[in-house]
This record gives sequence, structure tokens and C-alpha cells, in this order.
Amino acid sequence: MTISADHSAPDRAQRLPAEDAVSEAVRKFGITAEDYMLPAHHQIEMVGPDGRLKAESEQGTEPGHEYPLPADEELLAAYEQLVVGRRVNDQNSALVRQGRMAVYPSSHGQEACQVAAALCLSAGDWIFPTYRDAVAVMARGVDPVEAMTIFRGDWHSGYDPAKHKVGIQCTPLTTQLLHAVGVAHAAKLRGEDTVVLAMCGDGATSEGDFHEALNFAAVFHLPVIFFVQNNKYAISVPLSQQSVAPSLAHKAVGYGMAGERVDGNDVVALLAVLDRAVKLARDGSGPLLVEANTYRMQAHTNADDASRYRPDGEVAEWLAKDPISRMKTYLTDRGLLDDGDARIAAKAEAVATQLREGLSEDVPVDPLELFRHVFSAPTPQLKEQSAMLADELAREASPEEPTK
Amino acid sequence: MSPTVTTSSEANGNVSAATARAAASAAAVQEATGPQAITMAKALNTALADAMQADPSVLVFGEDVGMLGGVFRITDGLTKTFGQQRCFDTPLAESGIVGMAVGMAMNGMRPVVEMQFDAFAYPAFQQIVSHVAKMHNRTKGALKLPMVIRVPYAGGIGGVEHHCDSSESYYAHTAGLKVFTPATVADAYRMLREAIDSDDPVMFMEPKKLYWSKDLVDLADLRAQHAANADSGTSSEGKAAVARPGTDATLIAYGPSVPTALAAAAAAAEEGRSLEVIDVRSIVPFDDETVCASVRKTGRAVVIAEAHGFASVSSEIVARVQERCFHYLAAPIRRVTGFDIPYPAPKLEHYYLPGVDRILDAVDDLQWEN
Ligand SMILES: Cc1ncc(C[n+]2csc(CCOP(=O)(O)OP(=O)(O)O)c2C)c(N)n1
Ligand SMILES: [Mg+2]
Repeated sequence: MTISADHSAPDRAQRLPAEDAVSEAVRKFGITAEDYMLPAHHQIEMVGPDGRLKAESEQGTEPGHEYPLPADEELLAAYEQLVVGRRVNDQNSALVRQGRMAVYPSSHGQEACQVAAALCLSAGDWIFPTYRDAVAVMARGVDPVEAMTIFRGDWHSGYDPAKHKVGIQCTPLTTQLLHAVGVAHAAKLRGEDTVVLAMCGDGATSEGDFHEALNFAAVFHLPVIFFVQNNKYAISVPLSQQSVAPSLAHKAVGYGMAGERVDGNDVVALLAVLDRAVKLARDGSGPLLVEANTYRMQAHTNADDASRYRPDGEVAEWLAKDPISRMKTYLTDRGLLDDGDARIAAKAEAVATQLREGLSEDVPVDPLELFRHVFSAPTPQLKEQSAMLADELAREASPEEPTK
Repeated sequence: MSPTVTTSSEANGNVSAATARAAASAAAVQEATGPQAITMAKALNTALADAMQADPSVLVFGEDVGMLGGVFRITDGLTKTFGQQRCFDTPLAESGIVGMAVGMAMNGMRPVVEMQFDAFAYPAFQQIVSHVAKMHNRTKGALKLPMVIRVPYAGGIGGVEHHCDSSESYYAHTAGLKVFTPATVADAYRMLREAIDSDDPVMFMEPKKLYWSKDLVDLADLRAQHAANADSGTSSEGKAAVARPGTDATLIAYGPSVPTALAAAAAAAEEGRSLEVIDVRSIVPFDDETVCASVRKTGRAVVIAEAHGFASVSSEIVARVQERCFHYLAAPIRRVTGFDIPYPAPKLEHYYLPGVDRILDAVDDLQWEN
């Protein structure tokens, strides 16, 4: 694909669809542009905590905010990933307690968000995860042990982002959102129909880069889905001290993009909303913002003590909204699970075993690797420093005969 | 009855309700008298509480500093004691925190803000470099920014990436910022009080691996010293300390590297070599006098720092000492620093960090005659 030679001046035809997407919706649904961009009055929810499919009138949909129920195969695939994701979260937390992992920011309770974020994308699409999104990274096909390398502590990341189209798990909050915008922009210039899904938390929406990323994506009319997991806390700080906007999804309209809220513990609704968002983005509607209403069931990380800032009762309330048990009920009631549950449990167990084995052994580290990846080729200074360390290591290995 | 916060000028002789309440509750938790084994974290926490009690214009804010007391618990109890208006959580945005502090400092307050980790201060870099450092200069002194930016920094805690940066050189390189870094529990108290007292902005770099280090310290005594210094207009601000006297060579260190330098000096003593250890304490302003007096006496020096060596505080120290002490030097000044690589993952960090053996190797290289 050739890239237009004049990068400085995107032609008008490229810029115009921004208005077109909105006006098309306005024409199609008979609503105002604001009504299209503002989230629906209620969050989108399909399968309730009791595992029952809600009546269409109770799903929160309205004109311009209509979402078809995802296909059964997709729901079954999602359920499998949910069970695996939960097992991975709890296995990793156990490994941290045993001192085999440095730290693990668990997405326990947020698995529906993790799974839907991964499954809504096609093979050529990119995802930009945070430190909390290891389950989404795995669900995109990254090997579980490679996905956990960052927390095992022998290198900063264990997988090749380009190979998997999965950004490196990002800790400096919202910095990755701009990378997502860049990947989408390059894809557009290259004529690829890539969609990019960029993840962040509720607290992170306060960062300056959040604003810059959304605005860039909107101004350049790029196929980026900003997926905010609102788990109600940024470490100890509750959402009420983070933002007084009606919802985080409402922020979209300020950038001229559409926002939607969805029950973040309902993988059916999540897939419905995200699948449509991906389709719209791929068809040229520009960026979208999706806020998932969920809850961080555990402490921020193992190093955190959540009892210092939130009541146990709140956690108990969310326990009843668990994303996995409701799906199990729903699929069982519909007769879709049969003996599939045992197979899925065995698969989850196999992944857990893989993690225990991959993360338990004392991973051999090569200290000289420290110098190998700073630049494409080591500078003279790095060669000198590498030699110095090699000499130290040699002397340590045979302390009797100094090699100097 | 929300307590009004009074500004410095209003506060003279007019203690607000909040401060009176705070004083009462601080007195109620008065620690035992005499030297106690306390952590650097506790000393910093006490310094903040004492400064807030002494001056109602002192405010503390940042990420998770309220209810949680900060991820390192340095602000523990301050919200409870002084109220939501004096110690509070902000939205999650470092540029916002520092930028708002600039405005507050322009309007009668003495903000002490917390950056959660070294690398998470970078979104505030624009505010720090373009405004915090320059406001005084741009306005020919009409505006002062009496603010402190606390930065837990450096490694040695098994932290994952972005939690272990030694960022002091960026700040030291920026004209208009004072840069302090304590290495002992007593200095943590003393220097944080001095930083808050300073009418200039201070980057207060806290070596996070020393937060849980303990010394025998008499807080009441430190408090009294601080009050006496304030009365007499004296202070130890900007002064380096001789952390261990010696005669054969000088180890110059700061922050997290001071205990390592002391351990190296102890090991060298067993081999019959007497090393003096200088704790720089104040990177900006730099105490040329104390450092150079030591090097002139010993004639040999090694500078130790965790940060990458290239274009760093350690290179500045070598340059300054060499310019001032050339004719006293028996050997080129050596450096033991972090390698010029991104800070490594937890399982590799000990290869990166300056250690006792590496320091002793450098000392061995100082062209000894015999
Ligand atoms: C720029 C920046 N500032 C501060 C931090 C420290 N930090 C790590 S996670 C976190 C809370 C983030 O909360 P949220 O965005 O809601 O995501 P969650 O952890 O709840 O998934 C903070 C303050 C950071 N990683 N990056
Ligand atoms: Mg959150």
C-alpha cells in the first residue's frame, strides 16, 4: 500500500467522515448528534447477576444505541476465557504470596472486561493493555508465562508486541493510549483496516495523556476504541474524588466522539457493545469510548491493604454480581454448556499448571544481557561496561586467581 | 464548621481552629522521650506533621496521600489530624498536582506535594522545569515558590520497571531547583523541615530503599534543634556531612548510596585502609567546601551514585572536585555508578547497583604507591 506523499495535509475527504458518521446516525435514527454521542441514559446490560437474559426493554438500549445479542459460539468462547482468566488471576495471586512473583495486579472480578476486550478484535487488530490486563493479553494468544514475565521480574516484558499485536503492558498511566492512536494513524496511512483497542482504568482518565489521546484520535478520525474499566478505585482513591462527570463515557462528547456505558460484569453486554464499536470503527466512524462498570474485588496489588480505605460490605455487594457465575447460569439454563464445563475447568487447570511450572523454577538470568538491548548495537561505552561486569563475574567465579 | 486554612501572613499570632485541634491531637500522641529506634518513614511523617502544626499554610496533597497515608505511609494520619483541607487526595494527574501547587504557592500557601514514584513524576516535568524552577527568576523575585516536591526515588527494593529511577540529575541540571536527599533518619527529619521552610522550591528526593531503615533518634531533640535554628536564623541547609572520618581516601555519596559507602569503608578498615565518607545531602546547593576539604586531606576520591554515570550528578561532582583539588590529587577521581542502561528488572538489579566490592575495586585503582 502506498502512503500519500503529502503527510502534512490530510485531504478534506479524509477528514469529512467525522461529520458523516454522526449525520448518518442522525438520519438513520432520527436523533440529534448529541444524543448519538452521549451514552444511553442507562448502562447497556443483557444478562443480569441472576444469570437471566433481560427483556429487551430493560437492556438500556435506545435509538442509536441498539445492540444485537452476540452469537452463541462467541458466548461459549467467552465463557471458556472467563474461567481460564479467573484461574490465572487466582493462581498468580498465590504465586505472589509464595514469593515466586514480584507483584501481580489482579483483574479478579474484571474478567468479563478482559475477555471481551480481547475477543471483540480480529486477528489484524491491536490492543494496548495496562499492568492490570494480563488476562486480556493472554486471551489475545500470548503464552501465559510470557505474559507474566513482567511480574516474574527477570525482564520488563516477555512477549513480542509486534508478533501478537499486543502493546507492552503499560504502567505509566495512559501513556499507552497515545501509542494506540499512533498505531491506528499509521494503519490508516498504510491503508490497513486495523482497529486498535486501548485500555485504561477509571483513575487514569484524570491524566493529561488521556485527554490528548482522545482528542488526537477524534481530530485525526482514527479507528481507536478507548475501553475504560471503571473498577471504582485508583489504588485508594474512589471515583467520586476522580471525576464529577455524569459518567466517564460522557467525556466522549467533548471530543466529538460517541461514548457508551456497559455493565462490566456482563460479558454478553460487553461483547455486544464492543463488537458494534469495532464494526463502527472499522467502517470509518472514528474513535469511540466505552466505559465498563465493574469492581476491583481485591487490593490494588498484593502490596496494598484495601481495608484502609473501603468497607467490606461494598466488596460483598459486588461478589453477588460476579461475571463468571452469571454466565454459567445463563449458558446452563440455555443448555449450551452440557459437559463443556468439565472440559473448560480442565483447560483452566492446565494453564494454571503451566504458570506454576513456568514461574516456579529459578529463572536463569544472564547479567550481560543488560547491555545487549539498549541500542540496536552496543555503544563503545556499553561494551566497556559490559566487559567490566564480565570481569567482575569471572573474578567472583574463581576468587583465588584475579583475572585482572 | 469547616476549618478555614490561614495563609502564612495571616497566621502570625492567629492560629486557626484546625491548627489548634491539630496541636492538641499531636500533643496527645507525643512520642516517648529519649532516643527511639524509628524508621526514616516515621521521621518524614513526623516532619510533615510538625511543619503542618507550626504553620497552617503548609498543605500536603498528591495521589493516595489522604485515607491511605501514601503508598509508603509517609503521610499517614495527616488527614485525620489536620483535616481534608490540609492533606488531601487529588485526581490522578501529576502535572495537575505540581501546577496547582505553583498557584497555591503564589497565593500564600506552602504546598508539599508527593509524586508516587520517581518515574511517575515525569508528567509534571513541564511544570517543574518551566515554572517551578523559573518563576522566581522570571519575575525578578516578585514571586517566590515556597513548595516542596517529594519524590521517592532509586532502586534496591525489587520494584518492577518505572518504580526505581534515579531521577535526581534531571532536577539538579535544572537551574532554580534545590535538590535535597537524606540518607539518615535524623537527616530525613531535619532536611524535610528545612525544605518546607525554604522560600525556594525544593525537589526532595527520598531514597525509598531507606524508608524502613532505623536509627536511634530523639525526635523531641530534633524538634527543639529545628526551633532553635529558626530562632537564631541558622540552619544546616546546603551542608554536606562527614558520615565517617578517615585519612586515606574519600568516598563521596548521597541518598541510597551512603549506607553502601559506609559498608565499603568498614570493609576497607579491616584491610587497614582508612576511608572517609562524605554524605552530600544537598545536591543543589552543593557544599564544595566540605567535600573539597576532605579530598584535599586524603588526596584520593571515589564518587558513588546509583544513577547512570553519564552526564549525571556524579560527573558534576568529579568535575567540581577536580577543578578545585587538582594539585592535591594523587590519582584521578574514580566513579562507581549505575551502568548506562535502563534500570533492570528485579532479578537483575543487584548487578546494576553500586556495591561494596565495586567500590573497593575502585579504591584499589587509586594509584597507591605500595
Ligand atoms: C503516571 C502515573 N502516575 C502514577 C502511577 C501509580 N499508579 C499505578 S496504578 C495507579 C492507580 C490507577 O488506577 P486506575 O486507572 O483506576 O486503574 P486500576 O489500577 O484501578 O486498574 C497509580 C496511581 C502510575 N503508574 N503512573
Ligand atoms: Mg480503577
